[in-house]
Amino acid sequence: MLSVNGISMQFGGLLAVNGVSLEVNQDEIVSIIGPNGAGKTTVFNCISGFYRPTAGAITFNGQAIHNLPDFKISRLGMVRTFQHVRLFNKMTVIENLLVAQHRHLNTNLLSGLFKTPAYRRQEDKAMERAAYWLRKVDLLEFANREAGTLAYGQQRRLEIARCMVTEPDILLLDEPAAGLNPRETKDLDELILSIRHCYNVSVLLIEHDMGLVMGISDRIYVVNQGTPLASGAPDDIKANPDVIKAYLGES
Amino acid sequence: MRENLPFAIFCALVTGALSVPLLGLKLVSEGTSLAIEGADAETWMLISGGMLAVFLTQLFKSQLSNGLSGIKQSLPANPVSGLSDQKRGQLEKGLLFLVIGLAIIWPFWASRGSIDLATLVLIYVMLGLGLNIVVGLAGLLDLGYVAFYAVGAYSYALLYQYFGFSFWAALPIAGLLAALFGFLLGFPVLRLRGDYLAIVTLGFGEIIRIFLNNLTSLTGGPNGIGSIPKPTMPAVQFEPEFDIVQLEFSRRAKEEGNLPFHEFFGLDYDSATKVVFLYVLALILCLITVFVIRRLTRMPVGRAWEALREDEIACRSLGLSRTGIKLSAFTLGATFAGFAGCFFAARQSFISPESFTFIESAIILAIVVLGGMGSQLGVILAATLMIILPELAREFQEYRMLLFGLMMVLMMIWRPQGLLPMKRPRIELKEAA
Amino acid sequence: MNLESLLYFIQQLLNGLTLGSAYALIAIGYTMVYGIIGMINFAHGEIYMIGTYVAFLAITALAMLGIEYLPVVFLFALMSSVLVSSAFGWSLERVAYRPLRGSNRLIPLISAIGMSIFLQNYVRLGQGSRDLAMPSLVTGGWTFGPEDGFQASLSYMQLLIFVVTFVSMTALTLFIARSRMGKACRAVSQDIGMASLLGINTNRVISATFVIGAALAAVAGVLLGMQYGVANPFIGFIAGLKAFTAAVLGGIGSIPGAMLGAMILGIAESMTAAYFTTEYKDVVAFGLLVLILLFRPTGLLGKPEVEKI
Repeated sequence: MLSVNGISMQFGGLLAVNGVSLEVNQDEIVSIIGPNGAGKTTVFNCISGFYRPTAGAITFNGQAIHNLPDFKISRLGMVRTFQHVRLFNKMTVIENLLVAQHRHLNTNLLSGLFKTPAYRRQEDKAMERAAYWLRKVDLLEFANREAGTLAYGQQRRLEIARCMVTEPDILLLDEPAAGLNPRETKDLDELILSIRHCYNVSVLLIEHDMGLVMGISDRIYVVNQGTPLASGAPDDIKANPDVIKAYLGES
Repeated sequence: MRENLPFAIFCALVTGALSVPLLGLKLVSEGTSLAIEGADAETWMLISGGMLAVFLTQLFKSQLSNGLSGIKQSLPANPVSGLSDQKRGQLEKGLLFLVIGLAIIWPFWASRGSIDLATLVLIYVMLGLGLNIVVGLAGLLDLGYVAFYAVGAYSYALLYQYFGFSFWAALPIAGLLAALFGFLLGFPVLRLRGDYLAIVTLGFGEIIRIFLNNLTSLTGGPNGIGSIPKPTMPAVQFEPEFDIVQLEFSRRAKEEGNLPFHEFFGLDYDSATKVVFLYVLALILCLITVFVIRRLTRMPVGRAWEALREDEIACRSLGLSRTGIKLSAFTLGATFAGFAGCFFAARQSFISPESFTFIESAIILAIVVLGGMGSQLGVILAATLMIILPELAREFQEYRMLLFGLMMVLMMIWRPQGLLPMKRPRIELKEAA
Repeated sequence: MNLESLLYFIQQLLNGLTLGSAYALIAIGYTMVYGIIGMINFAHGEIYMIGTYVAFLAITALAMLGIEYLPVVFLFALMSSVLVSSAFGWSLERVAYRPLRGSNRLIPLISAIGMSIFLQNYVRLGQGSRDLAMPSLVTGGWTFGPEDGFQASLSYMQLLIFVVTFVSMTALTLFIARSRMGKACRAVSQDIGMASLLGINTNRVISATFVIGAALAAVAGVLLGMQYGVANPFIGFIAGLKAFTAAVLGGIGSIPGAMLGAMILGIAESMTAAYFTTEYKDVVAFGLLVLILLFRPTGLLGKPEVEKI
């Protein structure tokens, strides 16, 4: 479904990503791991269109996307979260979810100004979808709170819910467990699995929490200093001497 | 206290440097050269008083800040914060209706002068609400908003002068032209970061003013355009034949086919009706503006504006096109300025580039800032304060701009969210079974 | 190209460089403040205006006392103007910007606009809003060219402007490169948080930046005041915008960039006035500003910013 072929990203003299390839199939959970500064987030930024890779190709559902602007890629059904949560802080939780559904809403100004029945129907549907996901991530009671006032773990869940209301084909999660306590991490684990099972959404994940990664991933790619190091099933990765060396350093 | 002494002395000296040369000494022209006059005793008292005050506050800084924080703690943080969200929303809605109701019945007992002033306030309310879309909701600091106001005003003036358009025919065109300008100016500035955008819009505003000033053959240059007709009131006439006529508010109709208002209704001529009519017209335009913008903020496009203000990158990641959002904010904001400008030209009967300087943009911005970015009620309150206060105290007039600048600074320091911060609409969820 | 048009061109070049020198002195203030705390000090143009007023006051005061020896008059005007303007620059930062540090970018900008309006009206209140004209102190100059044709001239005043600008710029460059405070300035502009962790008193550095910027703007105020001999409370607005344009043109944050941008802008303006039209010379400056920001927001010598996600 998503295939990345040898992308590189150069900032001035710095080669942040060098020839990374990866593949995500329908209904798969795939992880990218690697030490800090390995260029994982840069790979994400290239895939989601925030950066334009300096070399290589990316196709999504058979369409080349590496030259598309970010918002068009997202409209094709690929959405992402961010390493540092990016919510619309001064807007309420429910508004955050409504903003995300703009594509499902009629944006015709006049129909909105006069509240035509068609407009109301769509608005109601968006509201239902939002309520559904709020219940799913256990935030229903906070629907009218400003998003910025939520606790950190709740903000993380809201960000995922905000992605899911767009009904994507693939979800990109950038360190979703960072800053979560063990209990919250476990909930996240279940949430990601159910996203795949119940909604047929593939997941591409960057994560440092090895327990989470090893537990839910179908396949894992390891990146070190911008270059691909290894890939395979979790058990293969655990046993791979190169990976161990990259994580623990030469010793 | 002792350790504050050197700094306190320094601050007092600085205060002296700020005030003695510029306030204490006055340059006057004497023939072809200059001479200096000392200021009067009162000014010198003021200067030394200022220095002393600065000296003392710096000296007793720690004691003062202790005292202040004590006062702050004993005050409730926000008088309405005790109310539930829902109650507050209702309160605000009620207040809005109350304001509108007052605005409708008020002219029955108000004087002619004050109605005229209220009309001016309403123009600024309209401008403030329009700019609020761009600055308050979309978070784009537009320092050249007055350009769209000018476009609206000049649209009507020129359409009348060259093609004889009436106010009613020119009003939609003025709005459309301003929107077009907003769209065209919006396009290039979209990629810019916040503060650069502010300066570029300022540049655009100045460029438009310079053109208005120098295209003398078209716009009359600095002399402006005069004798722009006032709006007429459309009315249905049954005799001698069924027709729609335009009523004028002068003693005799100037345009062929129009009738004077008082003749049509068989009243005595009263020059005050003209003023009341302008007020009512402004009120209607304002109400439409309030209603439209209120709806917009609860629609996808309005939410997208705010989302863009909050986090542009997150917007892009969700498939929102920032170009489209920014353009819609710019265009719609400009449209309201265009309407306001058209009405302004009709009310004044005379416009010149003088009315569209940067200061005008700054006043409108100050209204938005003072009221509370994004808040409609706040903008209405702020426009009223900003226009009426200086009128109430005439001797105040000289200090008006001074205080106005100071107010902008103090608001940013103490209450950047404005007098009446925006209240988020509460959404009741209907859960699917 | 015949001699006459060549001389005409040289004349415009000289005029442009004079104007550019003054813009450069003002632009430094914008660029340094932006480099260090990332805000547009919108009120900086008013500091220049105040500099002009104080220079007029100083010169008039000495004239009333009967002192007319030029070097004394000039130095006294320069010193008092620098002193008062620095006081304004320092207080401006203390009162209007320091309490807002760390807030959203637009908030200090709005505060700065308020301060700009305040200062204009403060001076208007003290000094009236009418144009004040001062007879020129430095007269004469050199002329080149045929007796009967167009003669280009370089006035002594223009020479003085070049010399003073050159000296100020050299002093600034040395200060930034060599002195402790200069080094601290560079450190703070790289990373303000890190600099303060390393024990640099960032508040002092920021204050110093405002004072230096104000002092240079005051120098420009004295020089342009003597050159044109006119002051009113509103000259700072346009001059400030022009200088800001120069700073952006050169790449905001970069000191050599500000000088380069100012010279280009000065020349562009005087050429437009000479060869096209004087009415639209401000449009040229603003148009230039708009174009640079649109097509090369980093300016000629600025560093590109990478968007952090």
